Amino acid sequence: MTTVATIKKNRETVRRVRRAILFVVSLLFVAVAWELYKAVGPEAGGKIFGWKLLPRSNNNAMPHVWDMLMRYNRPELRGSDRKIWSVVLAGAWFSFRLALVGFAIGSTLGLGLSILMARFKIAERGILPYLVVSQTVPLIALAPLVVSWGGKLHIAGWTWPRWMSAAVLGAFLAFFPVAVGALKGLTSAPLASHELMDSYAASWWQTLRKLRFPAAIPFIVPSLKLAASASVIGVVVAEISTGLKGGIGRLIIEYAREATGDPAKVFTAVFGAAALGLAMSGLVTLADIYMMRNRPKEASA
Amino acid sequence: MRKSKSWKLAAGVAALSLAAVACGGSDSPSTESSAPAACETTTSVKLQLQWFTQAQFAGYFAAVDQGFYAAQCLDVSILEGGVDIVPQQQLADGAVDFALSWVPKALASREAGANIVDIAQIFQRSGTLQVSFKDKGITSPADFAGKNIGNWGYGNEFEIFAALTKAGLDPAADVTLVQQSFDMAALLAGDIDAAEAMTYNEYAQVLEAIDPATGKQYTADDFNVVSYEDEGVGMLQDAIWASGERLASDAVYKDTATKFVAASIQGWAFCRDDPQACADIVVSKGSKLGASHQLWQINEVNKLIWPAAGGAGMIDADAWDRTAKLAQETKNLEGSTVLTAAPDAEAYTNEIVTAALAILDGLDVDTKGSSFAPIDVTLNEGGA
Repeated sequence: MTTVATIKKNRETVRRVRRAILFVVSLLFVAVAWELYKAVGPEAGGKIFGWKLLPRSNNNAMPHVWDMLMRYNRPELRGSDRKIWSVVLAGAWFSFRLALVGFAIGSTLGLGLSILMARFKIAERGILPYLVVSQTVPLIALAPLVVSWGGKLHIAGWTWPRWMSAAVLGAFLAFFPVAVGALKGLTSAPLASHELMDSYAASWWQTLRKLRFPAAIPFIVPSLKLAASASVIGVVVAEISTGLKGGIGRLIIEYAREATGDPAKVFTAVFGAAALGLAMSGLVTLADIYMMRNRPKEASA
Repeated sequence: MRKSKSWKLAAGVAALSLAAVACGGSDSPSTESSAPAACETTTSVKLQLQWFTQAQFAGYFAAVDQGFYAAQCLDVSILEGGVDIVPQQQLADGAVDFALSWVPKALASREAGANIVDIAQIFQRSGTLQVSFKDKGITSPADFAGKNIGNWGYGNEFEIFAALTKAGLDPAADVTLVQQSFDMAALLAGDIDAAEAMTYNEYAQVLEAIDPATGKQYTADDFNVVSYEDEGVGMLQDAIWASGERLASDAVYKDTATKFVAASIQGWAFCRDDPQACADIVVSKGSKLGASHQLWQINEVNKLIWPAAGGAGMIDADAWDRTAKLAQETKNLEGSTVLTAAPDAEAYTNEIVTAALAILDGLDVDTKGSSFAPIDVTLNEGGA
């Protein structure tokens, strides 16, 4: 028994190491492809059948990979001694916290809605179409409205902080996958199990806690992963849209203005935003691994 | 077994939200305020900028930093703009007390029903340019014919259309209009023959870039510049806008507006007299633009404000009428104009700024700047 467990564990470790190596290799592959295109691609862009499809390969449009990486170790502004990696890191940390707030609000709201919809068929029929419609509203149209509403909120001496608008927009993108995924999960338990619960005269809440919710977890976890990266997108776009200071989105747009003279700079912030998205969904994966550690594989779905 | 796991997930989500709220809550909003010295009550004022912190708004930051607002018993929070923040909309919605906006755009909002009033015309001149490389031979709007002309759109392009119309060109047929982004890379790459640029920002960006042919920075000799102000089609730009409704009904707000305009102009006078100190203030407020770029910007902005023959902030009826007329007559590509009718007489008032200038006269502040002379600024690579 022990040996079987050890072999299983070893196999798991090997799989994880292999996955990590593959990730690094894929990054290298992208970097090599980038440099390869720079070497052979047209300096001033090119046309295919009259369409301008080939991007420019000059150093202004596509800085060398090493230039972008070296940029991290140079000061943000000449004359200041703050290296750009620390600025990007601070910006990513700021946005990370906002995304976490948005993720928490969004997934709580999404779970609540899904329970409501699972409980009352009429709620599902009434709410679900609006959830779908809500996601067709462009974020950039919503952002100024949220800022404007927030600016007018004064509840008992509490004023709406500006960062809250960005977090709310993160939540706006995050709640949807959770609501839809959890609804699917909450209604996924087989009829026989429901009948068993009925035979125990279990109340609706007991059925929810002991049957529906555990059965929903395999559906909820992937939707939480989606929600995590969606909240990052929401926060970054909201920062750009509303000009919230301190985060990675704001850095992207500020550095983009300097692309004329310092093209590598904006990429440092763009990579920061990508890393942020990875970190956020990695966090959910870790939580998933922790919670599912004792769950037999075949029990899922 | 199962029960405990599902509750762990719920507890995890709850703990996560608590942690997140705690983390997020520790951040105070990034506004600047200063405590008053000898005021019985201080009035909180929110000013909405059009864009991020930069020297274009130096006068307001200087007024905060130097305590000019505090001396008027005002506690001013300066709110930065963003890509989708429309200052006059924030003002009309009541989210802020005052907003900065270009006149044509704000008048379009007014025509659409926003009751906003121009109470101080801070920039007396237009700072819009069309910049092109020397070898393109573009020295006047007539030379735009057959060229790729960059423009920002979103209501920032009307001076271009007015200049084209004035030169007898059809914007839809005689030129190729190209949507421009925030940077000037398209001009340097040759996608655009002549790019729209503000004297105080984008023009400096090209002068900070490196010419790959020489390995040195570009100089003003490399470019031709068409100034819309000089071409007679300049439209009024940065002005302080207030709520028309509150001006009419709320005497306290009107008094606040007067004090706010007075202290703001005092801030601009400070920037005129000491551009270096003013640029340092803006840099210290967290602008991401380099020091020489900021100094260039404050110097160019000063040229748009000073000298102010009628006193800074005074709305010149001729310039106003010209702006309104161009806004009604210039058709864009879709054949529509910024305004469909002349703005009503209540769209601007000189009452507030007149009272504000009187306050400043009492403080011995030079509000005309008749002896103003710009300084020479050397731009460093990348604006550093």
